[in-house]
Amino acid sequence: MSRTVRLKRGYNIPIKGEAEKIIAGESNPIRYGVKPVDFPGLTPKLEVKPGDRIKAGSPLFHDKKAPEIKFTSPVSGDVISVERGERRRILEIVIEKRGNDHIDFGNADPSSLSREQITEKLLLSGLWPAVRQRPYHIIAKPGDTPKSIFISGFDTAPLAPDYDFIMDNSPEQFFKTGVSAIKKLTEGKVHLVLKKDKTKTQEKYNIDGVEISYFSGPHPAGNVGIQIHHLDPVNKGEVVWYINFQDVFAIGNLFEEGVYKPERIIALTGSEVMNPRYYRTLSGCSVAPMIRDNIKSWNLRYISGNVLTGTKINADGYLGYYDSQVTVIPEGDNYEFFGWLLPGADKLSFSKTFLSGIFPKKKFEPDTNFHGGERAFVVTGQYEKVLPMDIYPMFLLKAIIAGDVDQMENLGIYEVAEDDFALCEFICPSKIEIQSVIREGIDLMIKEMS
Amino acid sequence: MNSLRKRVDKIKPYFEEGGKLSKLRSVFEGFESFMFVPNKVTFKGSHIRDNIDLKRTMFVVVVALLPALLFGSYNTGLQHFRSVGADASLLLSFWYGFLRILPLIIVSYVVGLGIEFIAAQIRGHEINEGFLVTGILIPLIMPIDVPLWMLALATAFAVILGKEVFGGTGMNIFNPALLARAFIFFSYPGWMTGDNVWTDGLTKGQNIIDGFSGATPLSMCATGDISGMPSFMEMFIGTIPGSIGETSTIAILIGALILLVTGIASWKIMVSVFGGGLVMGLLLNAISANTFMEIPFYYHFVMGGFAFGAVFMATDPVSGAQTEKGKWIYGFLIGLLSVLFRVLNPAYPEGVMLAILLMNMFAPLIDHFIVQSNIRRRLRRAEIIIANKV
Repeated sequence: MSRTVRLKRGYNIPIKGEAEKIIAGESNPIRYGVKPVDFPGLTPKLEVKPGDRIKAGSPLFHDKKAPEIKFTSPVSGDVISVERGERRRILEIVIEKRGNDHIDFGNADPSSLSREQITEKLLLSGLWPAVRQRPYHIIAKPGDTPKSIFISGFDTAPLAPDYDFIMDNSPEQFFKTGVSAIKKLTEGKVHLVLKKDKTKTQEKYNIDGVEISYFSGPHPAGNVGIQIHHLDPVNKGEVVWYINFQDVFAIGNLFEEGVYKPERIIALTGSEVMNPRYYRTLSGCSVAPMIRDNIKSWNLRYISGNVLTGTKINADGYLGYYDSQVTVIPEGDNYEFFGWLLPGADKLSFSKTFLSGIFPKKKFEPDTNFHGGERAFVVTGQYEKVLPMDIYPMFLLKAIIAGDVDQMENLGIYEVAEDDFALCEFICPSKIEIQSVIREGIDLMIKEMS
Repeated sequence: MNSLRKRVDKIKPYFEEGGKLSKLRSVFEGFESFMFVPNKVTFKGSHIRDNIDLKRTMFVVVVALLPALLFGSYNTGLQHFRSVGADASLLLSFWYGFLRILPLIIVSYVVGLGIEFIAAQIRGHEINEGFLVTGILIPLIMPIDVPLWMLALATAFAVILGKEVFGGTGMNIFNPALLARAFIFFSYPGWMTGDNVWTDGLTKGQNIIDGFSGATPLSMCATGDISGMPSFMEMFIGTIPGSIGETSTIAILIGALILLVTGIASWKIMVSVFGGGLVMGLLLNAISANTFMEIPFYYHFVMGGFAFGAVFMATDPVSGAQTEKGKWIYGFLIGLLSVLFRVLNPAYPEGVMLAILLMNMFAPLIDHFIVQSNIRRRLRRAEIIIANKV
């Protein structure tokens, strides 16, 4: 029996620039980048240096604390640079594509392999980092046994790609094989969560051994953290794993053809994109070719991911490991004369304090301005409106700020990640950096528990 | 606006770290961000931010207070001219009252903002917007004849000991505006009680015509002599003596509507305050042991500061309950206690102020129990799973 969860709380931010359901083409840029900073808490140890010739699937670096977790190259070619930031922190490893060599990890039917064999294949190929865990929203530990594994079958974030469209344009068999490999990793259930609106594509998900559930409601209903909270919440000492939708295809591809080929159908979105459409490409691709001659103006913010949780990149930056979306919006580095006093028919706000509140259908072109200065917590009862969890957000945030580990645990730190609080951060009238606070809390928790 | 912006940019370096006027940095920033929403952009986390900030939030509350302020101006003039037996037009009454109220507003803002500026500079923070609302609330809950020095003293007390010692806006335990009123109430009771302070000129012994009392409906009820009681409609409209902003229920309801439509104030608190007042009112009606208890329960909503307190004071998010369930309890108890204090404690005919301050103190306790029930729920969930495994 499939379960249906109807969520009321949340908010679909009305922004312009949704991708038209057309695949504009393949984007095969010359440059690719793999970014250790995509993985919170990771200390990377390089395995290559500039000038090395590598194949698709060759390890670039590994986790210093868990050397078996490898991060590999999506393409064959030459390592041309290792970009470093403050305190020599590795930001990205840049690869120039050449040839089509790849490491052969050997194809196999996952149902005939043991859990250990599957884990090893994922670790070697560089697909293990696709498996993440609650608590903490970090890469899963290969030695853990999760009580269940989740795959979210839809994304509700602003301008997010339509997973049904991706499914219809991807090899169905890869998904099935991927799921059968994932199934081996847990003794519990594999949950596939779909949006509650019966589509034809959803019939494709009737895969043996998969528990399908339906969610309805505004963002963040598509967030896997919200889904876990409602279907199989994480208690102290328990672990739940989850895998991004498109990585299931990549895992299937690994077992079908023995290659590491993290294919992505990504949505190029945002109000400043001339033709927002879908592109077929690989994880880590340079976004430059897609963006070139396809933007409306200058002084823009390029984001790998969505406007709420994505990462700021340059116009020639690279797609993040977990991202299936690139968003381009205007920068907001200008002063606005009495901006807080204007009626604001064109001002995006979750509150009803601007004139725009009377046009419920209107779509906006928000920029990156803060629209105010940081203050203490003042207004109450707002975060709850956009966080469909049985959690008291302000009390949890205050516990984190106070560094009260016991209280953080009591209030549900194991169940949350920064993505779930992204909308709270968006609507916060005190302009508190809530996602950073949550990550600080998680980091503190990891430190305390180890 | 570019020329103005250029001018601001030109003088900005003087106020920055190491500049000649760096001691005034917070003041400069306060004025700059008042005129221009800053150019600060997002860096990590959410790339876009809601247009709402605390300035907008506070501005909406100030707008919601305008009907009460405007009516208060008119009523101040009206009561004054009534007391001296003169006939005055609506406009004249309004203008007279406005000129009497203006000094109160100026004193409240100058003293309060002055302290805020200094506190912000000492802490190295930006100036907080909280006082934009407090500064207008304070005059509105004062009797019109309150001396300016007393108002200044009360404001300073409320801002320094009520707010800044706790860490400024967002950290205070008690509603600062009510603290200012409580300060005068306990320190100079002669200026916050009795029949003379509510009508302009009475304390100065101006020529009062015979038959004019200046007593508020509440004090009439408290003394048990309700022969001069205004009608329900008069009290609803607000042409009665009382604190400047509290008399007109209808003006307050317009403000309530603004707060509820914009979602700035909690409807749960407003509704539950009235609910609590209703329950206690009915209970006292059922007992009916004295004149005050016999007053129909719905009179409590239009007398004194009940409506004003429910809409503008109890809904203060900082000093009130912060959990949604807690807000129901918090509001209900405020309503209940307000009416109880009024009727059963003749020394304090205005119970709303004390009821809200008392509940301010207990709001964290209410929240504590609500949050504990969430924690227990989480622990129980874990226990069930462990039990099933064994």
